[in-house]
Amino acid sequence: MENQWKWKEQAVIIKQDKIATNIYSIWFQTESIAKAAQPGQFLSIYCKEGSRLLPRPISICEVEKEQNRLRVVYRIVGEGTKEFSSYKSGDRLDIMGPLGNGYRLKEHKKAYLIGGGIGIPPLLELAKRLQGEKEIILGYRNGKELFLIEELKQYGTVSISTEDGSAGIKGNVLDVIQGKHFEAEQIYACGPTPMLRAVQSYAKEKGIPAQISLEEKMACGIGACLACVCQSKEVDEHSHVHNKRICKDGPVFDAEEVEL
Amino acid sequence: MNTKVNIAGVELKNPVMTASGTFGSGAEYCDFVDLNRLGAVVTKGVANVPWPGNPTPRIAETYGGMLNAIGLQNPGIDVFRKRDIPFLKQYDTKIIVNVCGKTTEDYCEVVECLAEEEIDLMEINISCPNVKEGGIAFGQDAKAVEAITKELKKRAKQPIIMKLSPNVTSIADMAKAAEAGGADALSLINTLTGMKIDIEKRTFALANKTGGLSGPAIKPVAVRMVYEAANAVKIPMIGMGGIQTAKDAIEFILAGATAVSVGTANFFCPTATLEVIEGIEQYMKKHGVNEIGELVGCVK
Repeated sequence: MENQWKWKEQAVIIKQDKIATNIYSIWFQTESIAKAAQPGQFLSIYCKEGSRLLPRPISICEVEKEQNRLRVVYRIVGEGTKEFSSYKSGDRLDIMGPLGNGYRLKEHKKAYLIGGGIGIPPLLELAKRLQGEKEIILGYRNGKELFLIEELKQYGTVSISTEDGSAGIKGNVLDVIQGKHFEAEQIYACGPTPMLRAVQSYAKEKGIPAQISLEEKMACGIGACLACVCQSKEVDEHSHVHNKRICKDGPVFDAEEVEL
Repeated sequence: MNTKVNIAGVELKNPVMTASGTFGSGAEYCDFVDLNRLGAVVTKGVANVPWPGNPTPRIAETYGGMLNAIGLQNPGIDVFRKRDIPFLKQYDTKIIVNVCGKTTEDYCEVVECLAEEEIDLMEINISCPNVKEGGIAFGQDAKAVEAITKELKKRAKQPIIMKLSPNVTSIADMAKAAEAGGADALSLINTLTGMKIDIEKRTFALANKTGGLSGPAIKPVAVRMVYEAANAVKIPMIGMGGIQTAKDAIEFILAGATAVSVGTANFFCPTATLEVIEGIEQYMKKHGVNEIGELVGCVK
């Protein structure tokens, strides 16, 4: 993945839909980005409103390589994402990508794909490309915020949890996993830090290799500003301290590689 | 048309460089920018030993700007010499190494290490608002500015640029102090200390509580300070603070800057430096300016 090309281009919105409370889906027509995109990589999406300087890092949800199209699913969390949600088919947005390393697709018979909240979208393209049996465990805040379930069901067995029990099992993704008797050889996860911390300790306890995708506030998205670091066990290549850059060395890390 | 400028005896092909900390040592920008086209690359600050920097979140966006409290994370001078200087030497651009430290001795150690290296200039960061020791502590007192400049001049083989803080009462006094200490040039401004509060979580947006404000929002402050400093001293000035277009850069040049640095704009427009270079050329053509030097400080 190192030294691969990145592009900044004006992408055309093919379609935007609201798919749950505060959750939106955009399909982009790109020139080059979709062709190079891997599951687990992300885009920097730029606002048009000039006072919002920094691109928003948003993970790639789905890719149609042949048509050079890709999809992002995002949550409105502030003014920038609110702005994105106002755009319609035919509008253009500046995007840069594909950024970051993405998941390394391993060969295995059985894998867990674990997603929490707005960490769920990157699992879709991953599920499409992974061979073998997949148990897909999704954690949501509540029953009003369910999304991508039907799409993910095409690629594996889906179980869900909600914090308030309004859909699926009441609790979190780990509560779902505890009830499973599934001999996974690999875990792929993306979600909020507390969830990833729980996945990390579960993986360690069971001796299952896990790849986890992290997030942090970013400025440049390309490894220069050093805003989005996480603590790493090994000395990092860039600064020779213990700070890996989520945008460039990640966002996907081996669970044992980082301290959350 | 001549866009060459001279900083302390070093000739730059054009006046556009990168602001320290916004461009790494250039490697991350190679997909977007031909480094050969830049007047100079100013590297991210380097200390005598590796620094881990501050906890996250380290940045927050603000209206027309951003706050950062990276805390000068850097690999230390040994790795920097082995990796970053050889990397930059492949390009036909000037190399300006930004130096940071916690104590006068730290700064001296880095400056001495760099004496053997084929770099063109050193920029001394006495103005970082995000580290507890060193940094800005040297940059907010005129006597301290003069004293550290003198110490470094005794040891430096290359000309030194002192990078000044805007978080002072009189920028002219700081500029004079650096000049009195023997500085060959000045860089200004570093970031303005700021704060952002998340009203939903009722916490600070940055783990460090405060951070340095940069981006277009600070440009008028920076232009004013460059103007005041340029009128207080004779040494050349490198102007920076919110430059994203050639128009911004030309304002700084007219206010008295010999050269300019593009900083935060690199984060949201990776090709910003090239756009500024091209825009300056277009401005010169449009206005019949043959020598860029004619513009420097011509607004009095």
